[in-house]
Amino acid sequence: MKRTHIDFIGNRKIAMTFSGILMVIAIASLSVRGLQMGIDFTGGTLIEVGYKEAADLTALRKTLSESGFASATVQNFGTTKDVLIRLKLQEGVSSADLSAKVLDAINKNAATPASLRRVEFVGPQVGDDLAEDGFLALLYSTLAILVYVAWRFEWKFSVGAIIATFHDVIVTLGVFSVFALEFDLTVLAAILALIGYSLNDTIVIYDRIRENFRNMRKTSTEDIMNIAINDTLSRTLMISMTVFLVLISLFFLGGEVIHNFSIALLFGVVFGTYSSIFIASPAALILGISHEDLIVPIKEGAELDRMP
Amino acid sequence: MQNHYPIWKNLLIFSVFLISLIYSLPNLFGEDPSVQVSSTNALTQEQASKIEATIKTSGVTSKAFEFKDGRILARFANTDDQLKVADLLRDQMGNDATVALNLAPTTPAWLQNIGADAMYLGLDLRGGVHFLLEVDMDAAVKQAEERYTEDLRLALRDAKLRYLSVAKDGGFIKLKLKSAEDKTPVFNLLAKDFRGLKVTEPNEQDQIWLKMSEVDVREVKKFAVAQNMTTLRNRVNELGVAEPVIQQQGENRIVVQLPGVQDTTRAKEILGTTATLEYRLVDVEHDVQKAVEGHVPVGSKLYYDKTKNAVLLDKRVIVTGDQIVDASSGMDQDGRPAVFISLNGVGAAKMGKLTQANVGKPMAVVFIENKVETKVVDGQKVRHKEKIEKVISVATIQGVFSKRFQTTGLDSPQEARNLSLLLRAGALAAPIDIVEERTVGPSLGQDNINKGVLSFVVGFVLVVLLMAGYYKVFGMIADVALAFNVVIVVAILSMLQATLTLPGIAGIILTVGMSVDANVLIFERIREELRNGNSPQSAIYMGYDRAFATILDSHVTNLVVAIVLFAYGTGSVKGFAVTLIIGILSSMFTAITGTRMVINWIYGNRRVEKLFI
Repeated sequence: MKRTHIDFIGNRKIAMTFSGILMVIAIASLSVRGLQMGIDFTGGTLIEVGYKEAADLTALRKTLSESGFASATVQNFGTTKDVLIRLKLQEGVSSADLSAKVLDAINKNAATPASLRRVEFVGPQVGDDLAEDGFLALLYSTLAILVYVAWRFEWKFSVGAIIATFHDVIVTLGVFSVFALEFDLTVLAAILALIGYSLNDTIVIYDRIRENFRNMRKTSTEDIMNIAINDTLSRTLMISMTVFLVLISLFFLGGEVIHNFSIALLFGVVFGTYSSIFIASPAALILGISHEDLIVPIKEGAELDRMP
Repeated sequence: MQNHYPIWKNLLIFSVFLISLIYSLPNLFGEDPSVQVSSTNALTQEQASKIEATIKTSGVTSKAFEFKDGRILARFANTDDQLKVADLLRDQMGNDATVALNLAPTTPAWLQNIGADAMYLGLDLRGGVHFLLEVDMDAAVKQAEERYTEDLRLALRDAKLRYLSVAKDGGFIKLKLKSAEDKTPVFNLLAKDFRGLKVTEPNEQDQIWLKMSEVDVREVKKFAVAQNMTTLRNRVNELGVAEPVIQQQGENRIVVQLPGVQDTTRAKEILGTTATLEYRLVDVEHDVQKAVEGHVPVGSKLYYDKTKNAVLLDKRVIVTGDQIVDASSGMDQDGRPAVFISLNGVGAAKMGKLTQANVGKPMAVVFIENKVETKVVDGQKVRHKEKIEKVISVATIQGVFSKRFQTTGLDSPQEARNLSLLLRAGALAAPIDIVEERTVGPSLGQDNINKGVLSFVVGFVLVVLLMAGYYKVFGMIADVALAFNVVIVVAILSMLQATLTLPGIAGIILTVGMSVDANVLIFERIREELRNGNSPQSAIYMGYDRAFATILDSHVTNLVVAIVLFAYGTGSVKGFAVTLIIGILSSMFTAITGTRMVINWIYGNRRVEKLFI
């Protein structure tokens, strides 16, 4: 790729407006519609059964409501032969026997019996704990990064990186909210992996900005940032491509169980790449990053970059 | 000299590669569906021959039949044969042995000898049940408080101290005395025998309020979980599961994982079994032989011990298991294996009275289990309760004892330890609840493996093509490093015997996409250095040199997130974090050091006009 000279920083207003609109939509949807939480967090029972032929969902729904499982939701999962049955937590019903009872009920009068593929039961206590652990994981990873970037770089970079990362997380969550995709434990893992990825991208650009600050003492901060983003642009796009490719493969071939995981990461990679280029650096600029923040005692100078 | 690695560095890379290759090898060999037969006592040659004969006459041909260390492992070509034989053997062996389904690795012996095993597949890949059980801590503490109340009453009576009442009330054990003057001797008693209780003096002058100290409460809780784990372990053994996992999680939860188990109803029944113990006198006045023939005397009951010998016991129970406070194993004064038992107040009083009258007579310990089983009879599911009672030890009463005593007459320290475990486990177990269940059918497990492998292969090929197309020779070198990286990840996962889950496979796939990052950084830097007019040799040198700090920073942030994910993730998410962590670390090695070695071979030590990058 030829060396590019795109004025990313000069056009930051456009990017910021765009991101602002995205964030507003995401936050609005998250606060109005919320997330479609999976049973990992809400508690409940999920039963996946497999049929030899396409399943008759209407008949299945009827059977279930006649057997006293009126609250059950029934839908296909991946293929027409696989069916997912969800049951809310019920007061007083022993969850331990629930899956066996449901299977008995749907197989009682069926010509071709369904085979049990998967059962997941999560009690309310566990659901709360999983949600709490997930929140803590988000919090601690954010803090750890804040500290690391502040230590290796400078607090303004650190805040900029966090802003960019938050942007990615919020917008990705917004996608899950707008399209009512189920948010379960694997999606939470994907969101955390996304934090790592998005930061990775941002750090590479920051690293170059830091280097430029030390080597080009007369250049303006805007120009230094533009040069850094342009010089790392082909790397940024290349790595997004490789990650995107493996995720596409995972999305199409990895099966229904990690479908939402791949969706979260696919959107995350796109937003992560975008925010590293358009959000992270302008954020540090607005916070007032300048040469003085990164000047090191003269003797070491540019040598500091050369780690053994 | 630029772009040259010393020999030791090349050798190091080669040895890492070789070791990784060897330790990742076991994963290429499959697993045989097999049936494992074992027993608490080793199986005899005679039993083994009988089992072998049963398999032969069943019309199923086994791939291999191994009888080693008193255990049998029979391998089969498919799961249908395996299930058929397992059912046959279960009927034949009954309670004599445990028949378990197993997936036996076909790893060659030389690999097994150096400790190379295939990755441990998680339940979502191999099928099985995962339970999360919660121990009812409140109940455990309440039981302990009740024991204290009981003990206190008895101790006061024994010490001939007058009191009005001892009762549990509002989180305290409230002791009411006749007058405030009686307090001093009571305090002395408390200081001597009830150190676990914290004393509060309320406004009412004639009362003493007692509470279990925090240390004591913590101890009781810890004990409740430990006891339940012991009990669960004993029961899971009955289920016939090849590699069960029983682990404590957090303060009051226990994870039980049963790979290969499909019948969750049965699993739940067995986990829910309750067990207890009873001490009874042996009936020495009547003839056991006659009782076996059907003439059981009134007031006695016929029992059997481990080796199926009949024992005639008195119907009256001396002490039941819930009166046992503690049991531990050790040696008595003569060096014989013994179990030391502590009873609570009620049990101690009864035991004292009884032993006084029966010195020299034998006493037996009976182990009682209440099981609920669902069986299919004539196509109908029938639930039936079963009570299993067996004598686990008979010993002679040597003298009068009450609160603390020892049981000898055991064959080995091992047996003493088992008995003490059983006593503790059977004595009191705080109730447990299933708070999470995840069952994965075998077909889904195999499906997940296939899908995981397919998406890995496709993702890998796409990245390889992109890299080779964009960075030409250098890209191909990066591709070699990428393959090397995958081998290392698999080898480390195998060595650690870390659990591979479907999200774990997703983690490996993600690693494939991300681990070329270091190479992309380096190659872009080399291109830049070339554009800046550097010679090919120094461009390579500067490229690697300058990219290093960037790689370090960007990978460390990634690593930090992965570690947090590992710390807070549960189950399959943890598997994802593990592969991510290993992938990030090993990719730094392969992408920096590995590619550099190859590039040094190709370009080092010679004049280079042009780089194919």
